[in-house]
Amino acid sequence: MALRMVKGSIDRMFDKNLQDLVRGIRNHKEDEAKYISQCIDEIKQELKQDSIAVKANAVCKLTYLQMLGYDISWAAFNIIEVMSASKFTFKRIGYLAASQCFHEGTDVIMLTTNQIRKDLSSPSQHDTGVALTGLSCFVTPDLARDLANDIMTLMSHTKPYIRKKAVLIMYKVFLKHPESLRPAFPRLKEKLEDPDPGVQSAAVNVICELARRNPKNYLSLAPLFFKLMTSSTNNWVLIKIIKLFGALTPLEPRLGKKLIEPLTNLIHSTSAMSLLYECVNTVIAVLISLSSGMPNHSASIQLCVQKLRILIEDSDQNLKYLGLLAMSKILKTHPKSVQSHKDLILQCLDDKDESIRLRALDLLYGMVSKKSLMEIVKKLMAHVDKAEGTTYRDELLTKIIDICSQSNYQHITNFEWYISILVELTRLEGTRHGHLIAAQMLDVAIRVKAIRKFAVAQMSVLLDSAPLVASSTQRNGICEVLYAAAWICGEFSEHLQEPQRTLEAMLRPKVTTLPGHIQAVYVQNVLKLYASILQQEEQAGQPEAAQQATQLLLERLPQFVQSADLEVQERASCILQLVKHVQKLQAKAVPVAEELSALFAGELNPVAPKAQKKVPVPEGLDLDAWINEPPSDSDSEDERPKAMFHEEEQRHAKPRQAEVDEEELARRREARRQEQASNPFYIKSSPSPHKRYQDAPGVEHIPVVQIDLSVPLKVPGLPLSEQYVKLEEERRHRQKLEKDKRKKRKKEKRGRRRHGSLPTESDEDIAPAQQVDIVTEEMPENALPSDEDDKDPNDPYRALDIDLDKPLADSEKLPVLKHRNAQAPKPPEKEDVPVVEKKSKKPKKKEKTHKERSRKREEGRKGDDLDFWLSTTPPPAAAPSPAAATVRVQLGVSAVTAPKDDSEVTRREQVADEDDEALEPKVRRKSTQKKKKHKKEKEERGKDKKSKKRRPEREEATEPVQNGAPQEEPLPPMSSYCPLAENAYVKMTYDVQGSLQEDSQVTVSVILENHSRSLLKNMELSVLDSLNTKMARPEGSSVHDGVPVPFQLPPGVSNEAQFVFSVQSIVMAQKLKGTLSFIAKDEDGATQEKLDFKLHFSCSSYLLTTPCCSDAFAKLLESGDLSVSSIKVDGISMSFQNLLARICFHHHFSVVERVDSCASMYSRSIQGHHVCLLVKKGESSVSVDGKCSDATMLGNLLEEVKGTLAQC
Amino acid sequence: MIQAILVFNNHGKPRLVRFYQRFPEEIQQQIVRETFHLVLKRDDNICNFLEGGSLIGGSDYKLIYRHYATLYFVFCVDSSESELGILDLIQVFVETLDKCFENVCELDLIFHMDKDRVDRAGCVTQLSPRSCSYKAAGTLRRGFARMYTGSVCSHRLCPQPPLCHCWKERRAAGCLTWEDPVVSPVHYILQEVVMGGMVLETNMNEIVAQIEAQNRLEKSEGGLSAAPARAVSAVKNINLPEIPRNINLGDLNIKVPNLSQFV
Repeated sequence: MALRMVKGSIDRMFDKNLQDLVRGIRNHKEDEAKYISQCIDEIKQELKQDSIAVKANAVCKLTYLQMLGYDISWAAFNIIEVMSASKFTFKRIGYLAASQCFHEGTDVIMLTTNQIRKDLSSPSQHDTGVALTGLSCFVTPDLARDLANDIMTLMSHTKPYIRKKAVLIMYKVFLKHPESLRPAFPRLKEKLEDPDPGVQSAAVNVICELARRNPKNYLSLAPLFFKLMTSSTNNWVLIKIIKLFGALTPLEPRLGKKLIEPLTNLIHSTSAMSLLYECVNTVIAVLISLSSGMPNHSASIQLCVQKLRILIEDSDQNLKYLGLLAMSKILKTHPKSVQSHKDLILQCLDDKDESIRLRALDLLYGMVSKKSLMEIVKKLMAHVDKAEGTTYRDELLTKIIDICSQSNYQHITNFEWYISILVELTRLEGTRHGHLIAAQMLDVAIRVKAIRKFAVAQMSVLLDSAPLVASSTQRNGICEVLYAAAWICGEFSEHLQEPQRTLEAMLRPKVTTLPGHIQAVYVQNVLKLYASILQQEEQAGQPEAAQQATQLLLERLPQFVQSADLEVQERASCILQLVKHVQKLQAKAVPVAEELSALFAGELNPVAPKAQKKVPVPEGLDLDAWINEPPSDSDSEDERPKAMFHEEEQRHAKPRQAEVDEEELARRREARRQEQASNPFYIKSSPSPHKRYQDAPGVEHIPVVQIDLSVPLKVPGLPLSEQYVKLEEERRHRQKLEKDKRKKRKKEKRGRRRHGSLPTESDEDIAPAQQVDIVTEEMPENALPSDEDDKDPNDPYRALDIDLDKPLADSEKLPVLKHRNAQAPKPPEKEDVPVVEKKSKKPKKKEKTHKERSRKREEGRKGDDLDFWLSTTPPPAAAPSPAAATVRVQLGVSAVTAPKDDSEVTRREQVADEDDEALEPKVRRKSTQKKKKHKKEKEERGKDKKSKKRRPEREEATEPVQNGAPQEEPLPPMSSYCPLAENAYVKMTYDVQGSLQEDSQVTVSVILENHSRSLLKNMELSVLDSLNTKMARPEGSSVHDGVPVPFQLPPGVSNEAQFVFSVQSIVMAQKLKGTLSFIAKDEDGATQEKLDFKLHFSCSSYLLTTPCCSDAFAKLLESGDLSVSSIKVDGISMSFQNLLARICFHHHFSVVERVDSCASMYSRSIQGHHVCLLVKKGESSVSVDGKCSDATMLGNLLEEVKGTLAQC
Repeated sequence: MIQAILVFNNHGKPRLVRFYQRFPEEIQQQIVRETFHLVLKRDDNICNFLEGGSLIGGSDYKLIYRHYATLYFVFCVDSSESELGILDLIQVFVETLDKCFENVCELDLIFHMDKDRVDRAGCVTQLSPRSCSYKAAGTLRRGFARMYTGSVCSHRLCPQPPLCHCWKERRAAGCLTWEDPVVSPVHYILQEVVMGGMVLETNMNEIVAQIEAQNRLEKSEGGLSAAPARAVSAVKNINLPEIPRNINLGDLNIKVPNLSQFV
């Protein structure tokens, strides 16, 4: 036996260990891949052996190979084997490998649950520690749910080492299983005051991380953190807390006021730069959040700026960088204080460190004024020339444009200068920002009328050198500028000096090498240019010249007709036909110029970027109303539109069913047309002639520009912006002299500016070179003020947006293993009722209402606590014990807010006194309440059902049953995604959710899973709309266009795409046919594939889970305008709890009240139908009575519920 | 949150790759490569922050790195972490490695043999939390938890070039023809510093105590089965023409702990 063991070890001696592997790899530099695949084969052999030591060695080697980029997921099962070894040495290797390569998609991960649970409860702290560490890397929603309770137990472990790790891992658990947050939070909060600094630090860490995502839920912890901040000496903890306060202050300005003093003290006292920096940062956040009513406001700002200056001047580049970073935050609200350090920041522009230069660039944004703009931009242009890397140069370019265009070109006094700067920027090679320059050119040319002549001249020069521009760059680079150039030359062709020459330039054969969208603009604008040439020549009486132009077009256009780009082709062939027609007319000597230019008549106005989004739902558009029914009253409707312009509030307050009058319609049509027309990116349809006359008056309100140029307008080829700098200086000088002469008798009238920003005093002296009217961007007339971009619905942290102050409900329990259930509290008859309970026991009914009231009060008090704390001086610094301090503060408040409620206060104290588990009083009280409730339920069983139904039960009402009460079996995992379609390449599952924002929209989330070996790309979803249900498509696309899926799918990957559908009537289920088309690409080539599917919109998918309190529910039922229907399903074995959960989950209901085997449920449709259900469970049958505001809908819904129940 | 921790050498060879967010292996390699190229371009005396952006996550993420002789330590963090705090944390991590492996250089991530010399360093000053923070000035002494200074030498853990020194020493010993990255021990140390992307412990003494306790436990379990195999490698290194058939296992077992604590 011993001999065999010896032999075994000798055999093993010749296995490769990690060192040998690494050495081998080193020695096989040429055929490394081959060597490694050989090693992997050996490892596979080793993994097949029985000895755990051999396996561990193999897994150890795999971990190394994983680092080199080899996929080791195939060994997942062996890794689990090694994880479950009894020796720590092996276990550690296993967990390390698991933490490196396990993830949510690893299928064997569910096998680990029991092993991990065993390790977590191991007597050895090392085993527990290593399991926690590993779990933190690969925790999945299932693991989180199953292990949450075990980890929570570990949070009270005797060893701080384990406590620390358990606290930290809770964050990961919360992320994966948000339902565990509320039950676990009280204990987490306790850990903030753990005697061990490591545990405390971990708790701070977790709460800060939680609070950063959803700060408002953690405001009530501010007093506790404040205490920690003033008492803690651990800089790591302090930094975290101070950062957290930075996130909280925007929500509660009073908190900021309280913070200023201790933070200032810390700034003065600390020697740690990291702490100093974070303090300064938070002070800045406080100052930003405070309105300027602070007495020592400017003092604090000064302190910050002064400290930051010290950082920036430091020779340490890191401090310099951070100083600049913080400075840019101050800049946003207090630009003046930063401006005084201009010298320092300009100096940083010359720093050798790119990161620092970039940060300094950010600051420049706020440094410019009318006076300094030219100088600063000149400096930047010099940097552009010197810059080496394209990234930095591109950054410079965007910054120049940002700086110049900020707040509506506020600082630009001379737009000719700006245009020349833009033109100079086009000479940059290899930039990615061609489109940015182009957008600026378009914007300036459209909005600054006085500049158009100059701009057109410059652009024609650009077009002339087009081959040069285009040939020197790649496709998406600088050639984008030509897009703008062509458009400007075409649109404002009346300003062109030599239109023929430009026409010639635009029709050059080389143009066909440009990207399609640019060519399309070329073609379209050739026609505009042509129209204006015809007009000029006809007026001049030179028909030959006009015919020459026609001839040129006829010769050159065919090259565009042959274009591969559809858009170019279509436009070119249209225009070609048009020109041919013109040629015929010209031959008959019929004047055509007038008609041709009428195609492009009318002024184009700029439109604000978000105008489209802000168009409010039009007056009178009521999506709930039947289209065919006439509006009920239209007596005083005519008066309303007038009032609309005066009484804004009223307008927004109540949406009316206004009749859509002619005027309104015309106005809307007009607004839409202008918006489309002036959007250069919108493909315009040529307006029909009769419409043009209608449009004419619309142009009147655009401010007309008075050109008063003091700089001669001449076109100096490609001008150098520097000339303008000189000119500008001279001009300013002249102006000053003149001004002195006139002794300010006459003040120049300033151009209207949109933001009404007052120029700074230093700017006062500089009058703009041109009286510039910046045409303001148009907005829909009654645009909604809200400007909130929708939050990302896929944000994983949103699920953690949970109110933590709300008392815990019964249903909120961490799922516990069954066998532990035996120890869970049994029905209270058998148990001794706690002392507290006995004392406060009163006749049932009364007590109920009393409890209700006190709970309400308590909720109010949560807020009051904070108010109280914020309104007084800081709490005593040396509180004897933290728990006591909390209680005392609470008592203080209740004395203030609810002096009558003495019994409440005493009860609290008692609870606190006997609270040996050191739980928060509130928590404890909840648990006793819970017991009481059980008891009550038992006692009342068999009583009149009606009375029960009426009784309000807050907790249940607000919390839909999700987790299941502890005595019930755990709920099976449910998914709302149903299969949609599947073929050899892709599997689709989908889910339909009503939209909370839009009352007639549903969002369809489709999960696409690629189970082929090819890359799926160019996926497009096309759906055949029905009359009732329509897919929302991107603007400008037609009904038959597919909607592109915004991602590609590599093999084995799945991703989710969301599509929005608008629905008219929701009372019936809908089915839509659709097709997913995609290109599957593998080594052999690419194939076009299709997959047909049928989307089923059930009635349930139009429902939104809406909590309803039982009072409201009762009223609703009594109101009597709901129709009634019921169903019955037999042969159901599932527990009632699960049954309800299923209905809640699949049909979006919430439980209003549940008594024994009878429950009332409520839901609301996206169009506001109320749906009430009464679910009763018999022996093996379930009956569902429903009431709903719409009979058809109810019928359909009940059918769907029946379907679900039938599966139970 | 810390999103990733990467350690690689001056040639971009990964020495430790730890992601706290799932990326497929090939993407991981790509991130390491790109990060290496970003960092390589930078002088030692410019700032240690990089707005990595495109690599991991969005603009919220920063790369914070330090360069020690032959090794780059790169942490990818989001805005909830204090920049200077992370620089300190890297320092703590490196000093802990330094303590556990004598000298932190690439070689020590490669060879980790004579670990029993740790105690020889003697006067280990208590790493008090206060001293753990960023100070603009301070002196560099191994074992003394001084944080980052702005001076040039701060980028070297040791003022003298001891690293080259030990290179030479070992090359002279004739055993330096290959590298043997000790992935696992460095990982184990890292696990005591950062857990699941969150800072677990910043007190170096705690970390070292934990690691030593674990090592003791491992030793008591007899180490990894590789122990005998290691002996063989050692024998191989001596370039004996042939490995003797009758190895006295008893002898080896005495020798092994000196050679290898970690595999």
